[in-house]
Amino acid sequence: MQVQQVDGDIIAITGPPGVGKSCIVDSILHRLTPQNRVSVIAVDPTSPLSGGALLGDRIRLSVLDDKEKSDSIYVRSIATRSSSGSIPSIVRSLAHHLLANNFDFVFIETVGAGQSEMRCAAVANKIVVVEGPARGDGIQAEKAGLLELADLIVVNKSDLEGADKVVNDLTISLGLTNDMPPIIKTSTITGNGLDDLADRVTNLEERKSSKRARIRQQLLMAHENIITSNPHFETILDRMSEEGLGLEDALRELSE
Amino acid sequence: MGGRQRIVIAKPGLDGHDRGAKVVARALRDGGHEVIYTGLRRTPEQIVRTIMDEDARFVGLSSLSGAHSHLFPKICNLLRDSGLNDVVVFGGGIIPESDRPPLYEAGVKAIFGPGTPSTEILEFIEHASGLDCGVGSETTWRWGE
Repeated sequence: MQVQQVDGDIIAITGPPGVGKSCIVDSILHRLTPQNRVSVIAVDPTSPLSGGALLGDRIRLSVLDDKEKSDSIYVRSIATRSSSGSIPSIVRSLAHHLLANNFDFVFIETVGAGQSEMRCAAVANKIVVVEGPARGDGIQAEKAGLLELADLIVVNKSDLEGADKVVNDLTISLGLTNDMPPIIKTSTITGNGLDDLADRVTNLEERKSSKRARIRQQLLMAHENIITSNPHFETILDRMSEEGLGLEDALRELSE
Repeated sequence: MGGRQRIVIAKPGLDGHDRGAKVVARALRDGGHEVIYTGLRRTPEQIVRTIMDEDARFVGLSSLSGAHSHLFPKICNLLRDSGLNDVVVFGGGIIPESDRPPLYEAGVKAIFGPGTPSTEILEFIEHASGLDCGVGSETTWRWGE
């Protein structure tokens, strides 16, 4: 189904597994008024073995226990299914549907982020990257791609040792560019920084330098869709793996 | 229609344990289904809202605390009141044989006690997927009859 592009905030909350993405979303939702119509699209991975999925992000949304607010919040759990990135392309249509139905904010909670997580940039117009302490020395190198696209960086679990060092490392690394995203510290245990977080997230400004990269991701996602939606895609895969069809020949056939 | 289903596994009431619900959720996942787990201590209203928002075709209710005779029929009624007539309801946990007939009458289509092989639950899902046996249907069919 084609959905017209609608104005509004589609905010991706992304970051490595276990840094507290669900709790961050919950904390933001707790701080919005019931007048805000908010939806959460929570993406979890599909098992490559069985094709099934366990979608458990709702469990951490304690805001759904708040009777005053739960009526204005829509939560939908999505499995990645056969998409190559960690955000299925259907999420884009879903998010625009929600905006068209008068939701003020659409939050997309991604699966734990790897390199492919940049795909969230193809869907969201604002990106919040959540980090945590004690993520190891390789952090900059590993996360460079994703951090470049962030409109806000949240260092969560600031109650734990090492959070200040992460903030320092990120400030030094990103300070080399002239369009550095804001970096804030939060703790969903102590509540530190959460009011500031909710305030910033709902008033996020798009950074100019990330706009081009975002459009790049959109283009890549659209291009991949063209290839994977080609009716001969599976046949060509078979021929490549069984008959030795070469990569260049396969590409040529797919783009015909 | 067989194939992949969206299934809500829910814990209504005040149970403190969800090992059984998690085992069932995992078995359904490994059977190729998409399982949404609600977490502990949900109200019937919250469970029905979750089923609606998630567009689930099945809901599995787990109860160990003895409140099933109150909670399960209440959820069935709320589903019908919300127009979710095509949702298939099944249950599990500690549910004495003598309590079961009224639950079936309320619209529950299967009850799985301790010791049920997970393959049986998967067979139920596959079979029920092809039937018009939602909570609002007239059918008297139930699993194991």
